[in-house]
Amino acid sequence: MSENDSERLNVAPGEPHDSMMSETVSYVVGLGLALLLTGVSFWVASTSVLWGPGIATGLIVLAIAQMGVHLVFFLHITSGPDNTNNVLALAFGVLIVFLVMIGTIWIMAHMNANMTVSPELMNLQMQH
Amino acid sequence: MTLFGRLTWDAIPFNQPIPLITSLVVLAAVAAIVIWITMKGWWPYLWNEYITSTDHKRIGIMYITLALVMLVRGFADAIMMRAQQAMAIGQSQGYLPPEHYDQIFSAHGTIMIFFVAMPFVIGFMNFVVPLQLGVRDVAFPTMNNASFWLTASGALLVNLSLFLGEFARTGWLAFPPLSEKAFSPGVGVDYYLVALQISGVGTVLTAVNFVTTILKTRAPGMSYLRMPVFCWTALASNLLILAAFPVLTVSLALLMLDRYLGFHFFTNDGGGNSMLYMNLIWVWGHPEVYILVLPAFGIYSEVAATFSGKPLFGYRSMVFATLAICIISFCVWLHHFFTMGAGADVNAVFGIASMIIGVPTGVKIYNWLFTMYGGRVRFTVPMYYLIGFMLTFVIGGLTGVLLAIPPVDFIVHNSLFLVAHFHQVIIGGVVFALMAGYTYWFPKAFGFTLDERLGKAVFWCWFIGFHLAFMPLYVLGFWGATRRMQHIPDPTWAPWLDVAFVGAAIIGLGIVLTVVQLLYSIKTRDQRRDVSGDPWDGRTLEWLTLSPPPHYNFAVLPDVHGEEAYWTRKQTAIKEEQLIPEPNYQPIEMPVNTPTGIIVAFFASLCGFAIIWYIWWLAIVGLIGAFAIFVWYAWRDEHEHIIPVEEVIANARERRRIRMEHLHTVSQST
Repeated sequence: MSENDSERLNVAPGEPHDSMMSETVSYVVGLGLALLLTGVSFWVASTSVLWGPGIATGLIVLAIAQMGVHLVFFLHITSGPDNTNNVLALAFGVLIVFLVMIGTIWIMAHMNANMTVSPELMNLQMQH
Repeated sequence: MTLFGRLTWDAIPFNQPIPLITSLVVLAAVAAIVIWITMKGWWPYLWNEYITSTDHKRIGIMYITLALVMLVRGFADAIMMRAQQAMAIGQSQGYLPPEHYDQIFSAHGTIMIFFVAMPFVIGFMNFVVPLQLGVRDVAFPTMNNASFWLTASGALLVNLSLFLGEFARTGWLAFPPLSEKAFSPGVGVDYYLVALQISGVGTVLTAVNFVTTILKTRAPGMSYLRMPVFCWTALASNLLILAAFPVLTVSLALLMLDRYLGFHFFTNDGGGNSMLYMNLIWVWGHPEVYILVLPAFGIYSEVAATFSGKPLFGYRSMVFATLAICIISFCVWLHHFFTMGAGADVNAVFGIASMIIGVPTGVKIYNWLFTMYGGRVRFTVPMYYLIGFMLTFVIGGLTGVLLAIPPVDFIVHNSLFLVAHFHQVIIGGVVFALMAGYTYWFPKAFGFTLDERLGKAVFWCWFIGFHLAFMPLYVLGFWGATRRMQHIPDPTWAPWLDVAFVGAAIIGLGIVLTVVQLLYSIKTRDQRRDVSGDPWDGRTLEWLTLSPPPHYNFAVLPDVHGEEAYWTRKQTAIKEEQLIPEPNYQPIEMPVNTPTGIIVAFFASLCGFAIIWYIWWLAIVGLIGAFAIFVWYAWRDEHEHIIPVEEVIANARERRRIRMEHLHTVSQST
């Protein structure tokens, strides 16, 4: 890798920086983006700029963007070659979270549909 | 509000002879051991070499010691249950009242999984993984020590419930609504929750430590696909811990909020839903099975290759199967509650996933068989366990596939058939591996081998005892015998329960013989010294160094060429009739001992005890104490001590001299 290439890599967000100054700048940019996304979330939720039923989707998109900002600027996830472990660990984590979340929502929805006790039955139990 | 919360004299079981006498005997035994150690003047040695040690090998030995002690406790529970079921048939009520019997089966499961199997497996990972990777310690040695003591703290609290108060009567997973305050108002469930939360912290820290160690610190040349299979399985197991244990922590924390602060996550009223607890606890519970059995598979792989004198058959398929199990184990948890009412779609998907996970496991069985095929198999004790495991585990796996079919599960769910199945995979799979590993690595840890004849006797006790104890339960399960019964209504079941009791007694004999084997081997250790450091003609790097290894494991980190690091090196040396040229030795930096771990665990135990008994001021003291010692540790000045180069050279030359002698004997004999 030439000198030029390594310098170009060094300014990519998330990479450890050489100087204190550029590292601080990276954190400040991250903080700014995080605050911006937080602000926009509150703003979207409290105005009617989005179509009512679409607000939840909008908030989910903003939340995912927020996670991305945290991962890149604060947790230093990059696409650099020495970052493979971190990226793989992240992928494993995301996969497990999705398996658990989707499975749980699916299972609990079925339980709700099949197993909810009707009020009459509840009353029968109370009469014991 | 009183000074001691709910703790009064009533907590001591004066009117219950069984727990009272057990408590007194245990207290007397502990006092005797303490007095004996004091008389012998061994405290400074224990303190410096074990209790405060950051050496991964010493920590591993402490983990395994804890596991063996708790195995005795867990087995005592088991034999009491078998005795009760063999006695309390028809008219007889047996000797255990229901409220006591319920505590015993809850304690048996909790102890055997959390405080026997887990510390045993983690103990092997501690002892073996850094040696096999060719490094000097784990990534975070002090945290490693703290992990152990937090696990021990949990074990202490569970055992304390014998003397003070009671243990949970809810089964080993404390299902609500039974475990809610309304139905279990006593301290039993609180003991369970707090003990598992504290030891769970230790387990997660261990996982952080080992994932980092395996990914980041390996000897030069030890690429991923050159790591021994045990290291791969340890990596997969620790990834599972990292992903699954937080789910356990959250589930138990939600139940604690219900019990302590009146929340309604899992209650019957207030919008709670106890079915969510079953769902969450099994999201942890199923991967937990693989957390235990994957390292066991790793041990079998090492044993198979070593004692067949051949490289492991299908190394890459073994690695692939391990990682496949690691992912699929998160797709099957619903099979633990097919009968809860999820309906056909959900049950079918999870049933099929449960059958699929049997495939990579089957791949492994074939790999071990083909490793033995055409090899020069030496029938040592670990090899006995490997063969015994394959016979037992295949049947356990098949009954598992049977249970994975939802309609069949509806018939045998919650029956003794299920009890027989999971004991078959855990004893036949995990415990056999742990006993094999204990025999296999004992000489590496202590410098002398265990007695072979007694070892085989222990194996036969486990093998025969297991089959006598659990095969009858399959039959009873088909007849509709549910699990956890304090009284047996049907007298025709009596012969089967008697056979099961005899089986448990034979396993008990095996445990006694394990102790006899240990004492006898210590007594005759001078005749069974492992001088070469390589008693089994091993293939992985732990056999490169002396037995027991020096604190720093390797004078210089070994250069790894090829898949079987040590075997390649050994064969080159034998062929060329000389060792590799003497390297340039350097002084070695090693982490210093620290009492941080045991002090943090002391305050954690204090805090946990206080939370169980509602002694809030003490809980705050415990929390502040644990935090203060952490801050004190963070500001320490001294991190490492240097082992002078003269000492390193002296040790290394001694090893080379032994190896040269060994080389001469080998070349003369061929």
